[in-house]
Amino acid sequence: MNLESKIPEGPLAEKWTNHKFNVKLVNPANKRKYDVIVVGTGLAGASASASLAELGYNVKAFCFQDSPRRAHSIAAQGGINAAKNYQNDGDSVYRLFYDTIKGGDYRSREANVYRLAEVSVNIIDQCVAQGVPFAREYGGLLANRSFGGAQVSRTFYARGQTGQQLLLGAYSALSRQVANGKVELFPRTEMLDLVMVDGKARGIVTRNLVTGKIESHSAHAVVLASGGYGNVFYLSTNAMGSNVTAAWRAHKKGALMANPCYTQIHPTCIPVSGDHQSKLTLMSESLRNDGRVWVPKTKELAEKIRNKEIHPNDLSEDERDYYLETKYPAFGNLVPRDVASRNAKYVCDEGRGVNSSGKAVYLDFRDAINRDGEDTIAGKYGNLFDMYRQITGSNPYKEPMMIYPAVHYTMGGLWVDYNLKTNVDGLYATGESNFSDHGANRLGASALMQGLADGYFVLPYTIGNYLAGEKYEKIGTDHEAFKEAEKSVKENIDKLLSIKGTKSVDQYHKELGKVMWDYCGMSRTAEGLKKAKDLVRELRADFWKNVKVLGTNEEFNSSLEKASRVADFLEQGELMIDDALHREESCGGHFREEHQTPEGEAKRNDEDFAYVAAWEYTGPEQPEKLHKEQLIFENVKLTQRSYK
Amino acid sequence: MKFNLKIWRQKNNQDKGAFKTYELDGVSSDMSFLEMIDVLNEQLIDKDEDPVHFDHDCREGICGMCSMYINGEPHGPLRGVTTCQLHMRSFQDGETITIEPWRASAFPVVKDLAVDRSAFDRVIQAGGYVSVNTGGTPDANEIPIPKSVADEAFDSATCIGCGACVAACKNASAMLFVSAKISQLSMLPQGKVEGAERAQKMVAQMDEEGFGACTNTGACSAECPKGIDLSNIARMNREYLGAKIGSQD
Repeated sequence: MNLESKIPEGPLAEKWTNHKFNVKLVNPANKRKYDVIVVGTGLAGASASASLAELGYNVKAFCFQDSPRRAHSIAAQGGINAAKNYQNDGDSVYRLFYDTIKGGDYRSREANVYRLAEVSVNIIDQCVAQGVPFAREYGGLLANRSFGGAQVSRTFYARGQTGQQLLLGAYSALSRQVANGKVELFPRTEMLDLVMVDGKARGIVTRNLVTGKIESHSAHAVVLASGGYGNVFYLSTNAMGSNVTAAWRAHKKGALMANPCYTQIHPTCIPVSGDHQSKLTLMSESLRNDGRVWVPKTKELAEKIRNKEIHPNDLSEDERDYYLETKYPAFGNLVPRDVASRNAKYVCDEGRGVNSSGKAVYLDFRDAINRDGEDTIAGKYGNLFDMYRQITGSNPYKEPMMIYPAVHYTMGGLWVDYNLKTNVDGLYATGESNFSDHGANRLGASALMQGLADGYFVLPYTIGNYLAGEKYEKIGTDHEAFKEAEKSVKENIDKLLSIKGTKSVDQYHKELGKVMWDYCGMSRTAEGLKKAKDLVRELRADFWKNVKVLGTNEEFNSSLEKASRVADFLEQGELMIDDALHREESCGGHFREEHQTPEGEAKRNDEDFAYVAAWEYTGPEQPEKLHKEQLIFENVKLTQRSYK
Repeated sequence: MKFNLKIWRQKNNQDKGAFKTYELDGVSSDMSFLEMIDVLNEQLIDKDEDPVHFDHDCREGICGMCSMYINGEPHGPLRGVTTCQLHMRSFQDGETITIEPWRASAFPVVKDLAVDRSAFDRVIQAGGYVSVNTGGTPDANEIPIPKSVADEAFDSATCIGCGACVAACKNASAMLFVSAKISQLSMLPQGKVEGAERAQKMVAQMDEEGFGACTNTGACSAECPKGIDLSNIARMNREYLGAKIGSQD
């Protein structure tokens, strides 16, 4: 298989403009003859559905939630980057491009990232025109803040609810097209298979989550905007329903999965409080501007704190280890996400962690409050402190906060070319479900940017180029390919229901999550990954023998829904391990302990690994086949990151 | 901690439904309310009983999916939080907790505690948007908006569409939800253009969905997890009346 990235010719800054001119167009009167399926209604899916419908295509939009407005994009807090240079501080499309490439540790495609930076400015215009209430200055113009280590202020925000406001904007545009009759909405409906006819994606098979009805939907193209797979870890900052199923089933029909081992672990989350924990809550990274990270200096002190024999406030200065400040004097508590996360893990592994679990470190505002006063700190972080207090029952003004890293975002995803098309004709992947723009590490405030760039400004052009070459004829859902896909979906469901074992789906999910977190999480070793592979395979075999799914298909059945998703996570997890094992280097979110600098930092191997690893499914229980897309850097020079 | 849980069980929309009582022991005060239900469900599955179905997704208070009526209050006893952000330390050990779905004819029960809130989506489809297509929009800073106006519009825009306002209202009125969207858009210059038409269409759809009338008791705003202010309803009424008086038909 030859992976063609289809990057247009010409200088970097002109590629997208030239490409837009060169793409084939569909006559306005003919657009209504084409049907497009969009799976997922988050930023990428809602914006794509609305924009394609506005152009005249007939869109069917699917989401598993009860309303498109619930998609997990809604939970994004921080903001959205755009190279507007409204602050006159030297920002430019090129600088945003450069920061994103470097932040991704040189594992993304130059042309894609440049286009992302280029259309970022249009996104802000679009959202403001929709009535998104971004933060403003007293003069009435838009406010910006800096974010995630960028040296310019290019992040647009709506308090700590930027994702919500952007999604409601895209949802309103989508709703307008529903009213116009151009989008048909399918809430509480889950995609369970991709249907291929003559080697092209021509539809999907879905399950109505309320009635259990298995249905086929035919179209001329299928867009996956189904989000990331962070829930393979069970505990993550993702929503409970976020899953890999749509992408994974497409993968099993031939779409390549790229860089699945690239996951982002966010350092400042509220720690796990017990076995009952169902999800992890993110606390904004901005807290590290004023909070000091520390753990007790000795194991003995940590143990006393865990047993509640002493209180952290009782520890003297020399009993505290401000390990980030000691190890990274230049950046201190503000080191990047991956570095902060890894170091928290190290001190906890040494037995110096706090909380009853021993899996937490302190983020202490004592010195900041003494310096600036409680009012000032409350003004900056009041809502976060309240949220922390609500969840933990502890008052961060009086005692140090406890934090621990958690899985937050997955940079890997379905392989796509410059047009966001997978290697399967007619199948597109957008937003977090594709791999394309963030390399091995995503920068803060870039996820929202990518989702909307793909949906509003990239896909409407590139999908037209494809459809212009396709015949109008529709394929009926009575076609053999649909019948076969329906049959296999039903068989899979029947199988899950027939096992009638003894262990609940959640138990398997938790066990999988623990294996993934322990061996394929913040830091990885060949030995650990090999062990994890065996464990995941054993767990999967046991799942298919002993999982307990009650009830029937023909009803609202939450166990069945989860079982079908966890079955896919059990396969995806193994591929993540394979990918992490094969990538003999450290880069961004992928840290292999064998590959670090003498100072303990991630050490890339550009000679051998400056490529995209795209995996091909070859059959049940068969090893996946690796394909490589070499990354070519013509505009940036590859350098080693350092934060000392 | 130990609880008596009195939970509404209803197999589907056709089923009549009834309360069923469960005893749950070993609950940690650190659990969220939904995690407590997770624990109950694991025990039910272990006994081959159908787990309690409920809507939930983000579990961080923003998606608006969780929707339980707890001890007679939407999202339970605390102000300003959704059910997923409510923790068991807010309850007394040994307490009986009554858990019901949202009750409103416009929100039919899907199963157990999950209801169908698609009526809200149809109200938004009736006009809860600015009619701009993708592309061709002016530069974002060409529309200056006073900070105070932007902040107020933002306050209205924080509605999560959970439906607690409807559940709290004795008339099952959706005025707070509808007015929040109408307010947000009518305050901003981008939304003013279609203001009159929007107010009429959204109110008409709200009535068609079978939501009740508003009698200004303010229960909706008091129970709203996002603190959407009652003044939104006044603003909507102003928009709506203005549109009616100024309309051609």
